[in-house]
Amino acid sequence: MTRLSGGLIDRSKTLRFSFNGQGYTGHPGDTLASALLANGVRLVGRSFKYHRPRGIFAAGSEEPNALVILRGGARAEPNTRATVAELFEGLEATSQNHVGPLGFDLLAVNDLLSPFFAAGFYYKTFMWPKVFWEKLYEPMIRRAAGLGAMSMQPDPDAYDKGFLHCDLLVIGGGAAGLAAALTAARSGVRVILADEDFRLGGRLLAEGEALGDRPAPDWVAEAEAELVSLPNLRILRRTTVFGAFDHGIYGAVERVGDHLPTPATVRQTLWRITAKRIILAAGATERHIPFANNDRPGIMLAGALRAYVHRWAACPADKVAIFTSNDDGHRTAADLVAKGVQVTAVIDPRRDAKALGQYPLFAGSVVTDTKGRLGLSHVQITRDAAPVWIKAGVLGVAGGWNPNLHLASHHRGRPEWSEAHQAFLPAPAGGPPGLTVAGAAAGQGTTQAALMNGAEAARAALADLGISANLPDLPAASDAKGNQHPLWHVPGKARAWVDFQNDVTVKDIKLAHQENMRPVEHLKRWTTLGMATDQGKTANVTALAVMAELTGQSIPQTGTTIFRPPYTPVSMAVLGGGDTGPHFRPRRLTPSHEWAAAQGAVFVEVGQWMRAQYFPRPGETTWRQTVDREVLATRAGVGICDVTTLGKVDVQGRDAGAFLDRLYANPMASLKVGMVRYGLMLREDGHVYDDGTCARLAEDHYVVTTTTAQAGPVYRHMEFARQCLWPELDVQLISTTDAWAQFSVAGPNARRLLERVVDGFDLSNEAFPFMACAPLTVCGGLRARLFRISFSGELAYELAVPARYGNALMARLVQVGADLGATPYGTEALGVMRIEKGHAAGNELNGQTTAQMLGMGKMVSAKKDAIGTVMTRREGMLAETRALVGLQPVDPADPVTAGAHLFAEGVAQDTWSDQGWITSACFSPHVGSAIGLGFLASGTTRLGEVIVAANPLEGKSTRLRVVSPHFVDPEGGRLRD
Amino acid sequence: MLIPHPLLGPRDAQEFTYLGDASLLNRPDGMAEGALPAFCDYVYLRDNPAGIHRELWFHEQGDRSWLVVTRNTLTHEILGAELARDVALRRQK
Amino acid sequence: MRFSGFRVIAEALTGHKGWKPLWRNPDPQPAYDYVIVGGGGHGLATAYYLAKTFRQARIAVLEKGWLGSGNIGRNTTIIRSNYLLPGNEPFYEFSMKLWEGLEQEFNFNAMVSQRGILNLIHTDGQRDAYRRRGNAMLLAGADAELLNRDQVREMAPYLNFDNARFPIKGGLVQRRAGTARHDGVAWGYARGADIHGVDLIQNCEVTGFRIENGRVLGVETSRGYIGAGKVGVAVAGSSSRVMAMAGMRLPIESHVLQAFVSEGLKPLIPGVITFGAGHFYVSQSDKGGLVFGGDIDGYNSYAQRGNLPVIEDVAEGGMALMPMIGRARLLRTWGGIMDMSMDGTPIIDKTPVEGLFLNAGWCYGGFKATPASGYAFAHLLATGQTHDTTRFMRLDRFERGHVIDEKGMGAQPNLH
Repeated sequence: MTRLSGGLIDRSKTLRFSFNGQGYTGHPGDTLASALLANGVRLVGRSFKYHRPRGIFAAGSEEPNALVILRGGARAEPNTRATVAELFEGLEATSQNHVGPLGFDLLAVNDLLSPFFAAGFYYKTFMWPKVFWEKLYEPMIRRAAGLGAMSMQPDPDAYDKGFLHCDLLVIGGGAAGLAAALTAARSGVRVILADEDFRLGGRLLAEGEALGDRPAPDWVAEAEAELVSLPNLRILRRTTVFGAFDHGIYGAVERVGDHLPTPATVRQTLWRITAKRIILAAGATERHIPFANNDRPGIMLAGALRAYVHRWAACPADKVAIFTSNDDGHRTAADLVAKGVQVTAVIDPRRDAKALGQYPLFAGSVVTDTKGRLGLSHVQITRDAAPVWIKAGVLGVAGGWNPNLHLASHHRGRPEWSEAHQAFLPAPAGGPPGLTVAGAAAGQGTTQAALMNGAEAARAALADLGISANLPDLPAASDAKGNQHPLWHVPGKARAWVDFQNDVTVKDIKLAHQENMRPVEHLKRWTTLGMATDQGKTANVTALAVMAELTGQSIPQTGTTIFRPPYTPVSMAVLGGGDTGPHFRPRRLTPSHEWAAAQGAVFVEVGQWMRAQYFPRPGETTWRQTVDREVLATRAGVGICDVTTLGKVDVQGRDAGAFLDRLYANPMASLKVGMVRYGLMLREDGHVYDDGTCARLAEDHYVVTTTTAQAGPVYRHMEFARQCLWPELDVQLISTTDAWAQFSVAGPNARRLLERVVDGFDLSNEAFPFMACAPLTVCGGLRARLFRISFSGELAYELAVPARYGNALMARLVQVGADLGATPYGTEALGVMRIEKGHAAGNELNGQTTAQMLGMGKMVSAKKDAIGTVMTRREGMLAETRALVGLQPVDPADPVTAGAHLFAEGVAQDTWSDQGWITSACFSPHVGSAIGLGFLASGTTRLGEVIVAANPLEGKSTRLRVVSPHFVDPEGGRLRD
Repeated sequence: MLIPHPLLGPRDAQEFTYLGDASLLNRPDGMAEGALPAFCDYVYLRDNPAGIHRELWFHEQGDRSWLVVTRNTLTHEILGAELARDVALRRQK
Repeated sequence: MRFSGFRVIAEALTGHKGWKPLWRNPDPQPAYDYVIVGGGGHGLATAYYLAKTFRQARIAVLEKGWLGSGNIGRNTTIIRSNYLLPGNEPFYEFSMKLWEGLEQEFNFNAMVSQRGILNLIHTDGQRDAYRRRGNAMLLAGADAELLNRDQVREMAPYLNFDNARFPIKGGLVQRRAGTARHDGVAWGYARGADIHGVDLIQNCEVTGFRIENGRVLGVETSRGYIGAGKVGVAVAGSSSRVMAMAGMRLPIESHVLQAFVSEGLKPLIPGVITFGAGHFYVSQSDKGGLVFGGDIDGYNSYAQRGNLPVIEDVAEGGMALMPMIGRARLLRTWGGIMDMSMDGTPIIDKTPVEGLFLNAGWCYGGFKATPASGYAFAHLLATGQTHDTTRFMRLDRFERGHVIDEKGMGAQPNLH
């Protein structure tokens, strides 16, 4: 096959590519589809259900048939439309959805069995025997279904995201879009012009017409040159605006590197474009006409055929026929003749159809059948009675045009049927605010009208923004009206395809009608119409018209369909952007992270934080050895732990105390300066929200802490209380979580260690008792805060310094405390010690807990109006008997497992005899066995009782004794020492 | 979505955290007689209108203002936004 | 007409002439004993069980649009009974058991497919919570298995095990969970209800209730007044709007949840997978599309569409968990109106108006509940008694302090 003359391809360069392993050549400017056609390749794929041979049907993103797997290996990209894949050197493509060679697909047997596969057949069978569904029927269906196969390997390419802002976004770079962009850009406003093609011009590139005295592509080139020169305009080529979201935000994907053998930088970029005004000039998509066997390779849209001939100088056969219901098809025929292609017939159902050139015209006729197993060979033409067969390797079908109004209905505005246009047009209201539709997308079918309409739309949009713009001088162009005379299908008994990819035929629509699946949404769902990768771009309106004919109603009475994002399919990777793998979420490091890493600490994810989990030492072979050592060293000497991740909120103001009184269930205003108090925070629904400490540094200055997990939400909640509930209070808040590094220094030697770093501060029990706090300096003048609080149950302090000194302080404490046994410990040892002490943490404070369950019911003060207090008085909450208990195995060798459920001994175990669960468990080196905490019904009255912890999930059941949750120093002597 | 912050101008809604109906400003007096039923209504019942909705957004990734935004829940059109603090203070007068 | 493989073959050989409408299009009668407002999954299932199981007659379903046009028409099709709390788990397990016999029961292949659900575990705390949940499931008669990392890897080797921000540490599996063809469920119930004499009335919008002396007498509709002995409302995201016509405010907010489908692909993943460290869950339909979703957009909405940040968030989650799906393409998105309740748990109960009953508050989990919800609601309508599995799903649980807060998020619907 040789190329025709002309075209917008660079014949000075040759690109090699392969399809199904066979080598071919093309030129820069080709798509995979145009290059295949130029090489005489018509068979490209197989349909979804019947595995019918399929070829190239369209010349743009609406392509339903020519889907291939582009590239190989980890870059394999299934379901790629050959019509939009830009040719590059070394491109590899393979066909998909067939078993055996493309030309002899074993699953084509489905086509022979098609009577059994009518619309909705699978809802009526495959039910017996029941177990066969998952074992036999479904696996069979799943293997046969689907289109392309994924590589199953991680995507190796990089992706990016970005934001753009403009006054006017023009979507589509055809006649209307270019005119709009020129008009707007010359006025100096910020304009973005986005087009999905790699070359601006839209249909202007696909036609043989002239603009003024020049070929249209020359005018496009000149317009483009001007646009490129304007600094206030940005052209986004290869960019599909796929969705219209709220408040002028549009989603767009720029295919930055898809046209290269491998992307030079990123493969694709997701742009979020915020535009004040938007012009949608996305053109129109041609309709086909369903007739018997209208799906063979070689049957394509007539407008696409015209595009291949003009833009790509490719004609896939010597003999071409055209089936058209309107004048536009004749234009294709005339253009083909002018290009020297033999047009064997133009078939037009209109009896008064006129030829536009030298070709055989079959007026008053329709196509009633076709032949050719793997590619069209003959077309059957019927006028009144006796059909005739003519030879044709390509049949162009022209059924009129549907405006591409998709984005105009992304806000669920319904398109309206226009009798004049015989098409759905954008509704005047209900579209995205600020968006106007121009050109063929608005039903302006002629080039002249599109140019004018685009320019006027831009002027009107700018006028709306208070900016005046002049209409540019636009070239004279064709104003030949392609009046639409729809022929929705050719009646007949054989299958006539409406939706090619999903194999939905006119018969299926008739069956849906017969079975009362008539609302358009039922029709789509029953037949799978419009559910394929082309989203029904070439099928839906036709199907609606066929259903209208069957019901005897008009098309608008039958229904409309609206569109949702995306306009065309968008890769998952670009939507995810670069935030994948280890970059999925930010990584927050504690101030002493560097030091801990140098010590060989093992880190663990705690929300966004990475915390030291434990610090293994040489010779320790299991994490348990390490953790046990850290616990024992702390309880015997002194341990140091970075607890910076706990949320810190600085609360200042004359009413700080009054404010905290309303936030915490227990009193805070009465706290003395220099003292710390445990704080219990409820949600307004009465359940425990969070806990922490409140330290009063001055009359008008508190520092409160939150749990690590709730640092953000609690701060938000505090701001809500301050701004929304009690704005009259004089109080200010700021989160200081990241400003202060904070270390727990715990153990009998804690005081001795701290004495070595504080600057002459009296740490004696008398001067600085349990629950004291003070600002001070350490290490020779470093600003610090000291809190005498204990999570471990030991004599303990928390020392805070500005965050940038955290790493050094950690190193210093360990260094100067070496002789005291100073031992860094991680979150595991922290967890063990708090369980041993019976302190609630995340597993207990899971949002379902009441103060009563924690044994803190009495802390909820009835004397003040704090958040959540009132709701704790509801009957259901007062009746709560579950309480936090300690649990210890009767046989010390037995495990205690968090998540096991608690039962009285000897009862049948089910949901209704369930008495609680184990919240936290660990091995306690102090006790010498596993221990746990749990919530147990009437737990406070059951100390000493033996119960059963059932863990059927892991096939275990253990007898546990109910004990006090305070395994260590229940009297609290150590922390007050 | 873009939220017209009264101090900072239009800001991407992603900078904000949503709470819910602005009736949450109308917290009952917890010390009053019959506080419990009043709180049950306050905490749990919502008008949930299909149309104009006054609602609370927190500028979490911004200036930490709570805003009362008036928005149409059918179209997402935003009709206005003001500082929740101003609304709350006005309510108290 | 009974559906069967033989029938399909016989019709194929005779040109499909014998297929009958799946249901009639009756005009509304002046009055019914039962009027179900809402022709979505729950409403249709309610009518079906009322007629078939509870042998009631004179039943109508009133649907504003087309049957199945609510959330049953657009969801991610997951069925499972992997809940934690006693207020929920027995109900969802009851639903699962109904799913298991559903297709044979209503003679329609809804493609109930028990290919399993895998909830991934990324932290020790999560493992503790999932162990508690798995045990709760077993204790309620459901199935559950706890997997370690190696077992998860064997089951789903394509997950990100080597390069993850939040490493996979295990998973909780329910093998009896899976998916069902959502439209098929609506159609199966609709056809079954129609066969048992229920009038399914489409394009009939309820515009008001006629209530006298605290008792409902009937409903005003776009097709005229229809008298009713009892009225059951099952309108999901429209619950607040409809019940406002009866003078009630509900503990519900309507939010938008988006969901997504990719282009058709050859089999990639067998069951359902949920990411435990981001907003992403996924399954693959029999047609080959990846069906996935994430979190709700988070603001009140009746617009039935959402915004880009959530799409990006879900895609990020997907890419973080399964980097192999990068070159798959998102094909369709949609947004549904979720009736987010104040504790994340639904309500099936009578209301202060005599004869008026409410089925609402399904959040984004109503699909899996369809059979049990219909059954329990029918039970309540027919007998006046709450079905055993819904005895905690009461409207007054909020004021009584008996919330069923599965996630522990409190009275903030967008966090459930």
